[in-house]
Amino acid sequence: MFGTEAIDLARIQFAFTISFHIIFPAITIGLASYLAVLEGMWLKTGTQVYRNLYHFWSKIFAVNFAMGVVSGLVMAYQFGTHWSGFSAFAGSVTGPLLTYEVLTAFFLEAGFLGVMLFGWNRVGRGLHFFSTCMVALGTLVSMFWILSSNSWMQTPQGHEVIDGIVVPVDWLAIVFNPSFPYRLAHMALASFLSTSLFVAASAAWLLLKKRDTPEVRKMLVMAVLMLMVTAPLQAFVGDMHGLNTLKHQPAKIAAIEGHWDNSHGEPTPLILFGVPDMQREETRFALEIPALGSLLLMHDIDKQVPALKDFPAADRPNSTVVFWSFRLMVGLGLAMILLGLSGVYLARKGRLFTSRRWLRLAVAMGPAGLIAILAGWFTTEVGRQPWVIYGLMRTEDAVSAHSAVHLSISLTAFVTVYFIVFGTGINYIFKLIKKGPEGDDSHAPSGGPGKPRTPSRPLSAIEESLDGTTH
Amino acid sequence: MGIDLSVIWAGIILFGLMMYVIMDGFDLGIGILFPWVEEKVDRDVMMNTVAPVWDGNETWLVLGGAGLFAAFPLAYAVLLEALSIPLVAMLIGLIFRGVAFEFRFKASDASRHWWDKAFVGGSVLATFSQGVALGGYIQGIAFDGVHFSGGSLDWLSPFPLFCGVALLFTYALLGSTWLIMKTEGILQARMFALTRPLTLWVLIMIAAVSLWTPLAHPAIAERWFTLPQLFWFLPVPVLVVLAGYALIRAVAFEYHAQPFLLVLALIFLGYSGFGISMWPDIIPGHVTIWEAASPPQSQGFALVGTLFILPIILVYTAWSYFVFKGKVRHTDGYH
Repeated sequence: MFGTEAIDLARIQFAFTISFHIIFPAITIGLASYLAVLEGMWLKTGTQVYRNLYHFWSKIFAVNFAMGVVSGLVMAYQFGTHWSGFSAFAGSVTGPLLTYEVLTAFFLEAGFLGVMLFGWNRVGRGLHFFSTCMVALGTLVSMFWILSSNSWMQTPQGHEVIDGIVVPVDWLAIVFNPSFPYRLAHMALASFLSTSLFVAASAAWLLLKKRDTPEVRKMLVMAVLMLMVTAPLQAFVGDMHGLNTLKHQPAKIAAIEGHWDNSHGEPTPLILFGVPDMQREETRFALEIPALGSLLLMHDIDKQVPALKDFPAADRPNSTVVFWSFRLMVGLGLAMILLGLSGVYLARKGRLFTSRRWLRLAVAMGPAGLIAILAGWFTTEVGRQPWVIYGLMRTEDAVSAHSAVHLSISLTAFVTVYFIVFGTGINYIFKLIKKGPEGDDSHAPSGGPGKPRTPSRPLSAIEESLDGTTH
Repeated sequence: MGIDLSVIWAGIILFGLMMYVIMDGFDLGIGILFPWVEEKVDRDVMMNTVAPVWDGNETWLVLGGAGLFAAFPLAYAVLLEALSIPLVAMLIGLIFRGVAFEFRFKASDASRHWWDKAFVGGSVLATFSQGVALGGYIQGIAFDGVHFSGGSLDWLSPFPLFCGVALLFTYALLGSTWLIMKTEGILQARMFALTRPLTLWVLIMIAAVSLWTPLAHPAIAERWFTLPQLFWFLPVPVLVVLAGYALIRAVAFEYHAQPFLLVLALIFLGYSGFGISMWPDIIPGHVTIWEAASPPQSQGFALVGTLFILPIILVYTAWSYFVFKGKVRHTDGYH
């Protein structure tokens, strides 16, 4: 169909469903920690503003959490329906890790989420704060297991291959595989960054609409401070993650750099822009800075960066894609650092809440964190091709034997359903933000078992209708 | 060796799936019955009877999937690939059902009918696909020793499609008897009226599936009708007949709780019959649970967490049902 092969369609479907999914957990992780901070600050200072902000953001957290659960359901089955080769080969390692993720989510949902969303007027302050902290911790533990599984696929260790399947030998080595700490830190920071950009954009939008309240100002200041700290830290962690990749997946780095040839014996330049061409085995229209590649990656002007031609053509990732997805991520990261610094500068000058140009910029940067997350994941996932488990299993051996027609239909179905369902959900989140934080918390949801509202259903924490009115 | 991890895991997965069928069954049944109830107030009550619990019910399905992946990766790979189309359809149905549940209450009067339609459509699609997947599984999965060796549409044959229809009736019956237990007045009377024909249809379908299964699948027939399995299996049809009779009687006398409990008993019996027919195969006729097992290191590692969390989930589930016991009235504004 249209010259696309079944394996491409299966990969597109996986990329589509997981890209849609990751947006929700990323914001969930960040907002859960933000809520814990807000509640902690409220308990410590007794300032009303923190409590109002807590209620405002917990509504958005609830919708977002619900969307994450629904989109995650698909992921648990997709490995089997579309990647049966992979599942049979490596299920003994990734299956238990996924089970732990599911159990963590269960535990979180069953216990603390209900208290957090509905227990405000029903349990003591200490217990409520504890629940919020446990939810925040739970989202991080959930991420821990998923990233461990993904990292093991990138840098597998602690296993043997016996009779054609992976057999775990050392679970500690599997969980704490070489790329895991870097990937975990990078993704955790990315979640915090995306969330602070999202919060900053919401506050900036409300300010631009002349909704200047103490709550809006407070959340803008908190977001800008968070941005100022995490954006540069992320650049540092990202660099370490890159060096780790250089050590374990040199072909990925070569593709990211669009660097083809080391035969001249010169230090590697840094190609700023260009169009890597997989057929012609060169990067066309390259704009390069001599020797900077060696300096940045090897930290030594005399050492060369691995080149794509060092690897057989069949083992090269698609440089055209990862060259640009990587630059998109880094470019957005630099913009985030600048936004944070300029925000702090304006705040010191006392103009943060009134500079319309900066506020507009902050609104425009609202989705930047999520776009950077997607660009980063595309870089690392496309960059490990042609392997699904690095050095162990090729992607072409992982896919189920479905026909292209079958896959076209299921892909179309997923795209349609996701746009309808999650489009409505995202739209709803924007409606909630438009309303802005309210001055009193008389609407604090007070459901829970025995009450009209219940813990197991995050969306009932909110009273606003889909059309933006309150029942 | 002392502990057979594969048997424990098969038990956990079977238990998880049974919890799912029993608990999500009546949620889905309510969606199937929606078209027969027109009033918004009544529809609100119907949804409110399950609103507190449906989300937790669905999580058993995720646990079943993840557990199968961890403990029996070969079966996970082969079965999910073979049943890919019905399973994807089921997921899409569940997504629609789930969000319709939430958004319906938040929609304006003008747009609510869309979410009602999504709720009905999602429930019907999810139920039918589950039945088809189950039927496709009983019918057998082509397997060449390494991979699934059949086609994407192997499930598209009379027996699985019939199972899909049978499950629609079964879940509808679960839903109607659940509502008999949880509601009163006109809505309850409406449910009694629906339950009478549904009971007969479901009993007919149970009989049909029970006859069709051994006739079409000699391997299962052999298992049923040879000693000593016959002794294991014999109580099942006897109890089904008894429960069916008790159900007709309970509906005739208009008992409130008994019909639902008896339908649960019927489903439990059907499920046991299914388990006995398959045991110890996990890919019917080809692979046993021991052959499909992941290495003991994998099963053991995943078991530690599962045994820790599972009791907590069970206690929590029991607690939330306990808290929401009793009749639901339309004045109990849930939202």
